[in-house]
Amino acid sequence: MSRSKPEPVQIIKERRDKALRVLIGGIPYVQFLGIRFDRRGDELTAVLPFDEKLIGNPFLPALHGGVTAAFLEVTAMIELSWSILWEQMEQGTLDPRALDEAHMPRLPKTIDLTVDYLRSGLPRDAYARARVNRSGRRYASVHVEAWQDNRSRLYAQATGHFLIPSRDGER
Amino acid sequence: MSSDPSPAQQFIDAVPHAKALGLVLEEITDGCAVMSMPYDERFIGDPLTRVISGGAVSALLDTCCGAAVMSYPGALGTATLDLRIDYMRAAKPGQRIVARAECFHATRTVAFVRATAHDEDEGLPVATASGAFTMEAGSRMKEATT
Repeated sequence: MSRSKPEPVQIIKERRDKALRVLIGGIPYVQFLGIRFDRRGDELTAVLPFDEKLIGNPFLPALHGGVTAAFLEVTAMIELSWSILWEQMEQGTLDPRALDEAHMPRLPKTIDLTVDYLRSGLPRDAYARARVNRSGRRYASVHVEAWQDNRSRLYAQATGHFLIPSRDGER
Repeated sequence: MSSDPSPAQQFIDAVPHAKALGLVLEEITDGCAVMSMPYDERFIGDPLTRVISGGAVSALLDTCCGAAVMSYPGALGTATLDLRIDYMRAAKPGQRIVARAECFHATRTVAFVRATAHDEDEGLPVATASGAFTMEAGSRMKEATT
């Protein structure tokens, strides 16, 4: 059995980074909150840099509970989209060169989200990582955890259910 | 300056994120709050459909629920413990979203709240929420016998 020569690492990285950029760059609300995503292989970490406008309780001060819910939801939704996109890229069924602002992958729709607030959000950067626990043909269940200074001291977690966009564009 | 903002609007203006979302407190009475969020292109979650992000709707619902708790007789402070949001349908692009929250039960330590969010179509809600909030109660608080 012959193996073709592996692609240069830079080309693979550039392809994956571009796909991620297109996925996230087109969503105004992600830009509004200032969320960015760090990628290590297929693993994503969402980063929410602190900003004064994210404050919900100016006396403590603490991050707004709604910001935390939104941060968790965005992270879960992007992780789910990314896992689908990743699989398609690896299988070669999707060419990331064909992706641009006008040809975005369709985004999953949130069915529900349950947020568990564990500690008040401090006025500093927050991080989140999501795990797709189940992704079927139509539905997906995603768990997401957020922390600030210590990875082991979560400040919030959530579970959400999502409707996966069908391949032919029909929902 | 045209006129002093109402106490209700002062409540919103004191919360930087509520201000960033352009929230307007429409009504507030004992344990009930009505709050609206204008349609803003910065809050779009799906560029293909131009529908507002679920996250922005969550932020509106959370704020409205918190306001409902704060307006409960005797309440001094609150924070979200748990919030579940169900998304029934996409909000119509271009329309503002109005949330109504009711704190239907509270003890000295916990407040229970439910809320709905509608666009201009008063029929099926865009989303509903149900949550538990912490309650920091003053002496006026009527303790339920639980």
